[in-house]
Amino acid sequence: MKRNKSVLLSTPYLIWMVVFTLIPLGVVCYYAFTDPASGEFTFKNLKELNLYWGVLGQSVLYSIVSAFFCLLLGYPVAYFIAHRGPTAQRFLYMLVMLPMCMSFLLRTLAWVGLLQDTGIINNILAALGFSRIRMIRTPGAVILGMVYNYLPYMILPLYAVIVKIDRRLIEAAEDLGCNGVQVFARVILPLSVPGILSGMTMVFVPAVSTFYISQKLGGTDTVLIGDVIERQFKQGNNPNLGAALSLVLMILVFVCTGIMNRFGGGDEEGSVVV
Amino acid sequence: MKKVNRVLTILVFIFLYIPMVVLIVSSFNTGKDITQFDGFTLRQYVRLFQDRSLLKLLGNSLLISVLASFVATAFGTVAALGIHGLNPRLRKVAMTLTNIPMTNPDIVTGVSLSLLFVFVGTRFFGQRNCLTFWTLLIAHITFNLPYVILNVMPKLSQTDASLTDAAMDLGCTPIQAFFKVTLHEIMPGIVSGAIMAFTMSLDDFVISYFVSGLDFVTLPVEIYSYTKKPLQPKIYAMFTLLFLLILVLMVAMNLIQMYGDKKKTASRGAGI
Repeated sequence: MKRNKSVLLSTPYLIWMVVFTLIPLGVVCYYAFTDPASGEFTFKNLKELNLYWGVLGQSVLYSIVSAFFCLLLGYPVAYFIAHRGPTAQRFLYMLVMLPMCMSFLLRTLAWVGLLQDTGIINNILAALGFSRIRMIRTPGAVILGMVYNYLPYMILPLYAVIVKIDRRLIEAAEDLGCNGVQVFARVILPLSVPGILSGMTMVFVPAVSTFYISQKLGGTDTVLIGDVIERQFKQGNNPNLGAALSLVLMILVFVCTGIMNRFGGGDEEGSVVV
Repeated sequence: MKKVNRVLTILVFIFLYIPMVVLIVSSFNTGKDITQFDGFTLRQYVRLFQDRSLLKLLGNSLLISVLASFVATAFGTVAALGIHGLNPRLRKVAMTLTNIPMTNPDIVTGVSLSLLFVFVGTRFFGQRNCLTFWTLLIAHITFNLPYVILNVMPKLSQTDASLTDAAMDLGCTPIQAFFKVTLHEIMPGIVSGAIMAFTMSLDDFVISYFVSGLDFVTLPVEIYSYTKKPLQPKIYAMFTLLFLLILVLMVAMNLIQMYGDKKKTASRGAGI
């Protein structure tokens, strides 16, 4: 009786999710394997992918570099927030959340105003008597845009993990003769690994698939896989190639998150044994 | 070491807030250029409220996000109740399905839904204009549902089943017991799921960009097409007002939570 009710309540949801998440992925596969003109089965789109491995590699490289920068910048911030009093913690947490609620398009556009050749930073440099530097349309600008946009995704999971670390463990390590660096390397850092992994994934996935950041802050040599997909659908009118590229991106992300989960799982088991 | 940490944190917050400061300052600028401050004016705010089309776009965004988060919250809560009672194997299937939109990049979700709508629309309904208000709404409900499920499920497993039994022993019908006990217990999860779904919907650009047609567009999608032309400064005025609104909402939520926590600890202290 009770089981029947559960099935009854959850079936509409399961149908909805199959229709609007699984079947669309099937449709992507269908488009990836059909010819745009004749609609027949073909491997043509997959062969055309050979042109884009470089772009894909570049996207992965940029997003991994961004994820590491986010970790480097985000960890001290998360650590700092986690060691404040309750009111300050709440307030700082809110300050990290707030940018996530504001239009990322406009915020990225503000970076264009800051970085461009006649932009705010260069104007300040010029006023101080330095020469202007070229910042926009460089790989550095794209990475900066990614770090800026996705840094909160790193800080929040790190904070969640660090705030839960038992203070007594740190005290115990100190009592047993660890200095500050040793406590950090042997106790705090290993215990924050789950947060690091989930932060890395949360930065990597949107960064590897972005198209707006590279369009606004990048140049012709910083094209990313998201740009190519967007162009196939919105300008190039080759949804079949776009579908093939989306398929590759999806597989890439699933493999990467799978590896991350494997690492996370392995570590948790390890810490239980210890 | 602690000092270094403090300085770094301050620098990161400056980094996070500088672009927003630039946008807010630009909303008071007499000139059009974001890089140059020519003089102070409130003209952009007047223009913003005179511009019907911009307010209509904001209305569209609000309509979609209110509808989508409302439907997703109701539908998702019912689904979570069902999933909670399923046998472990089916439950795992349901959770895997729930995680697909969460792990997929937005661009893949957007592309796959738009291909589905175009495919079904042209093949089965012979329509050329397949992307409408309804497809956009379906897409938003779909990516909102996981947020509701993932917020409600943990609350359900924390709820003690014997509470419901107790309510029924005391004379409640199963339906009364649900509304008086279970719903009450999972309410915080429902509320945080709904808030999350609403903000995700309101702010979504990537999925909406691929799924919306020409006749119904949301604000972020239109801002994207604006940014290909020179941007109108009244957009900065809108940004500033939204910033203030969200700031006030967040501070209010924080204060309410803080007050609630204080009350809780106070009553706990009195109990002991």
